[in-house]
Amino acid sequence: MSSFFSRVRAGLAKTAAQIRERLTETREPAAESPSATVARAASLQEIEDALIGADVGLPATERILSAVQQAGGAGLLRDRVGAEIKGVFAGASPAPDSGARPRVILIVGVNGTGKTTSVGKLANLFKQQGQSVLICAADTFRAAAVEQLAVWADRAGVDVIRAKHGADPASVVHDAAVSAKARQRDILLIDTAGRLHTRANLMAELDKIRRVVSREVPGAPHEVLLVLDATVGQNGLVQAREFMAVGGVNGLILTKLDGTAKGGVAVAIAYELKLPIRYIGVGEGIDDLVPFDADDYVNALFVDQW
Amino acid sequence: MLESLSNRLQGVFKSLRGEARLTEATVDAALREIRLALLEADVNFRVVKAFVDRVREKAVDQEVLRSLTPGQQVVRIVRDEMLALFGTAAGGLTPTTRAPRVILMLGLQGSGKTTTTAKLARWLTRQGKHPLVVSTDVRRPAAIEQLFVLARQLNVRVHEPAGEMNPVTRAEGALALAKNSGFDTLIVDTAGRLHIDDELMQELAAIRRAVDPTDLLYVADAMTGQDAVKSAGEFHRQMTVTGVVLTKMDGDARGGAALSVVGVVGVPIAFVGTGERPEDLEPFQAERLVSRVLGMGDVLSLIERAEAALDDESREKLAQKKDFNDFSLEDFRDQLRTIKKMGPLEQVLGMIPGMGGLKQLNEQRANMDPKQLDRVEAIINSMTPGERRNHAVLNGSRRKRIARGSGTKVEDVNRVLKQFVEMRKMLKTMGGMTSGRGGRQRLMQMLRGR
Ligand SMILES: Nc1nc2c(ncn2[C@@H]2O[C@H](COP(=O)(O)OP(=O)(O)OP(=O)(O)O)[C@@H](O)[C@H]2O)c(=O)[nH]1
Ligand SMILES: Nc1nc2c(ncn2[C@@H]2O[C@H](COP(=O)(O)OP(=O)(O)O)[C@@H](O)[C@H]2O)c(=O)[nH]1
Ligand SMILES: [Mg+2]
Ligand SMILES: [Mg+2]
Repeated sequence: MSSFFSRVRAGLAKTAAQIRERLTETREPAAESPSATVARAASLQEIEDALIGADVGLPATERILSAVQQAGGAGLLRDRVGAEIKGVFAGASPAPDSGARPRVILIVGVNGTGKTTSVGKLANLFKQQGQSVLICAADTFRAAAVEQLAVWADRAGVDVIRAKHGADPASVVHDAAVSAKARQRDILLIDTAGRLHTRANLMAELDKIRRVVSREVPGAPHEVLLVLDATVGQNGLVQAREFMAVGGVNGLILTKLDGTAKGGVAVAIAYELKLPIRYIGVGEGIDDLVPFDADDYVNALFVDQW
Repeated sequence: MLESLSNRLQGVFKSLRGEARLTEATVDAALREIRLALLEADVNFRVVKAFVDRVREKAVDQEVLRSLTPGQQVVRIVRDEMLALFGTAAGGLTPTTRAPRVILMLGLQGSGKTTTTAKLARWLTRQGKHPLVVSTDVRRPAAIEQLFVLARQLNVRVHEPAGEMNPVTRAEGALALAKNSGFDTLIVDTAGRLHIDDELMQELAAIRRAVDPTDLLYVADAMTGQDAVKSAGEFHRQMTVTGVVLTKMDGDARGGAALSVVGVVGVPIAFVGTGERPEDLEPFQAERLVSRVLGMGDVLSLIERAEAALDDESREKLAQKKDFNDFSLEDFRDQLRTIKKMGPLEQVLGMIPGMGGLKQLNEQRANMDPKQLDRVEAIINSMTPGERRNHAVLNGSRRKRIARGSGTKVEDVNRVLKQFVEMRKMLKTMGGMTSGRGGRQRLMQMLRGR
């Protein structure tokens, strides 16, 4: 037993750089190797491992690789795989801004993924684009959640509608929607409490928030963004499915990409649910949120590392 | 829903029924299913590879190929291998004679450190200890306030030097207070940080030097994927972690990352977090996690408990059932009595294969407290024997009579009938789950406690 796991441990001790080196080793001879098929199979295995290691998941990985093999064509395998993934993202495009004002954006997700921080960053981003923003603090559950958001609102120079701890989140949302209309704001950003998709009553609460806001602002919420932590594994797919079905999610924010995780489950999500990634979070600073760009994401986190 | 490993293996071996002998190809097919299931559960792919190799060795070694129930044999091998991986170390904190015990919480952003700090403080208080807590998170907005509010709710002392924004000074001050005021435990919450953030990792090392902790608990989110070994590994390399707390286990993540962390990093799991409230903390139990990774419920302990609780009489009665179509309200009542004897309902239901994640069940779980069980019994007792044997005759007026007789409302009667019908359905699906040759008999045997 011990030798078995020390073997695994030793295998994992290799740094990312070493793995990359090994990947290049197997790839380079492939170009000149007379028995191309053997070398090609080897690098296919490496890419499969890399995709699984990035949390893309086995079903989506197999889908990607078989699509690439079926399509055939010239060029390096890694570029063809990259193109396939970019294609998946291209097939998942966000709904265009209808021009309705206030545009209501509801931020949802499981606990601790970065919702509140993303609300702060988004407020800042929209303000820089010259739009007027109002924030609604609808996490009335977690200790000091409102205070946390208030700090962010202050940093972004945006005001916030808040209620007492333990108040009904839907009623704060109602007040915020009324205020956003009265103050003629372009954007209303709603921060919600973290909730696991398995908790039926908390998911119902989300539904209530949506109904309340749509009564005040027809067509709202215009965007419901699910915040996914890039470190999440295959449960991310379950989260997306549930939040889409119950919460009407129509886009993703992928946070914490400044770590070593790649958020590959978003690829599986794009395949299965056609949910577009709207923004990515790359740090804890207020400017660390950028609109998603499929080419950049796929190149930086996948292709360039193979 | 993710499919359970045992279901999958059953499928593999079922397709081979009728073949005289199982071949190496079958074993390969089974191993492929194991690989799939483990990857789906987020077990690190290198661990999966090594694991599958290991199971292959064992599966070929043993009598598996000749056995009548190869699927179960393989599941058992997988399960035993995983349990061996977790070792025999019990959950909870490591014994120490040091006073005060100093616990340092560390981990990535949003993993649950602050919440767990409060949970641990409560847990320790219940063990008769006197904990002091302190936040050193000067980075996340209102993080200090978050811990302050939680501690106040729990009546736990918190060291709060207002305005002090140096994490090391905050920690030192708390240690001095703990020593001077006779607190036996100090829990130091820290800011979340990335394992690749050198500056913040150095800050953590400085806090560590200042308080010289007895326990360094790495707090990890159960939903973490393949990255778990990298982050946990790096925290361990730099900080020498003594235990892992696996949070958000109340969701439906399989928690395979935990297996990888233990296997690769070699740090035991101390606690699991099962909710947002301060009471949602449990010392780690390997059996439960293994069953969860495999998606099969804790079948073995269920069988053991059922054996212990089923009295001979109801065993006899069940023995006469040929299948679940004649499972009546009387049997339902017997089952409820058994269940009451088996212990906390939530635990029992969690042990039934495939039930952990079922939504309806979660809801049922919520409204099935012991008092509720008494009410159900009263309702069934108010029925005539004929009604108990054939629930189809229970029309509106009969239901009204039963409600009156049992001192309940018609809605309660309706609910019990609904639950009964659902239980029958559930039993049928369970019969189906273990189907294949003799699946139903096996399940009946299980219920009979044989
Ligand atoms: N490194 C990094 N950390 C982030 C990022 N986004 C958020 N965080 C951190 O993650 C932690 C949790 O963020 P929050 O914004 O409080 O998350 P939340 O989803 O609102 O959490 P709950 O409301 O408690 O469910 C904080 O420590 C943030 O600073 C990111 O892109 N990168
Ligand atoms: N459902 C659930 N949520 C949890 C659990 N532990 C922590 N949380 C939530 O996860 C979020 C982040 O927790 P927090 O303690 O602030 O994380 P920290 O950044 O590591 O200190 C909060 O919303 C907590 O309520 C748990 O075991 N289950
Ligand atoms: Mg929040
Ligand atoms: Mg914290």
